Amino acid sequence: MLNGEIALVTGASRGIGRALLLALAAQGATVVGTATTDAGAAGITQALSDAGYIGGGLVLNVGEQASVDALLAQMTAQFGAPTILVNNAGITRDNLLMRMKNDEWDAVIDTNLTSVYRLSKACLRGMTKARKGRIINITSVIGATGNAGQTNYAAAKAGMIGFTKALAREVGSRAITVNCVAPGFIDTDMTRALPEAQREGLLGSIPLGRLGQPEEIAGAVVFLASAAAAYITGETLHVNGGMHMG
Amino acid sequence: MSSVEERVRKIVIEQLSVKEEEVTPEASFVDDLGADSLDTVELVMALEEAFETEIPDEDAEKITTVQQAINYINAHKA
Repeated sequence: MLNGEIALVTGASRGIGRALLLALAAQGATVVGTATTDAGAAGITQALSDAGYIGGGLVLNVGEQASVDALLAQMTAQFGAPTILVNNAGITRDNLLMRMKNDEWDAVIDTNLTSVYRLSKACLRGMTKARKGRIINITSVIGATGNAGQTNYAAAKAGMIGFTKALAREVGSRAITVNCVAPGFIDTDMTRALPEAQREGLLGSIPLGRLGQPEEIAGAVVFLASAAAAYITGETLHVNGGMHMG
Repeated sequence: MSSVEERVRKIVIEQLSVKEEEVTPEASFVDDLGADSLDTVELVMALEEAFETEIPDEDAEKITTVQQAINYINAHKA
């Protein structure tokens, strides 16, 4: 389904990023996944080669412009310019606002939101030239609903949705689509860090009665990356078991 | 190697999908050749690549006609 496409997925060493990297590769795309460490990048390369997929892992610090530039140069030389960009890298630094430190705010905005600006800008040159492209931003149900203790994360994730709509308007004439996928609570290291009581409480608010699996987010991303979704742009696809219905 | 003028005209024709005879020296990219803002950004990118030069944003804004592009390249080419 994605033969000939070249996908870049940030934050692909584990969790949702890993699952959607493998799912894009399984559809025939050449994939590059990024990690913050050499070991993480090597792990991605290994996982891809074990599965017989084409691609590799590269190191990226999404907070540094120089690192983004270096990644694009290396990826383009090694695999080609990306035709699919999945902005997935993200962190949490939860705290009640009255206790939140500047560095907790800044880290989340920079890693989760400013990174989307940096990566999208870097990839657009090739996409506008090619007159095709897919940018898929992994936001969160929290960007739509808010969550106590996550003002920074909610602001960044809601910011991604606004960014997505604006960019979709800018580059639509070049057949480039820009969309969001908004996961609910997915069974990953990020949600495993939640206190047990909060996890139990959450389940009660999810009509499907369970956490989602990373592969269920990957399915939505593969769809938006595919030709089947060519007429969808500026949209946010919620994948959350019904806990929030946009 | 063709002249700067020929190469610039060829890039304009390709980028803006216009006819050769429309690309006169005084033709404005936006007013005469139907370019939108994204087209002009792409045109500058294409010129940068073709002539291996960096065109700063403040200079790019001043390049609005075919002749201005030719003049700029002639003044700044590597």
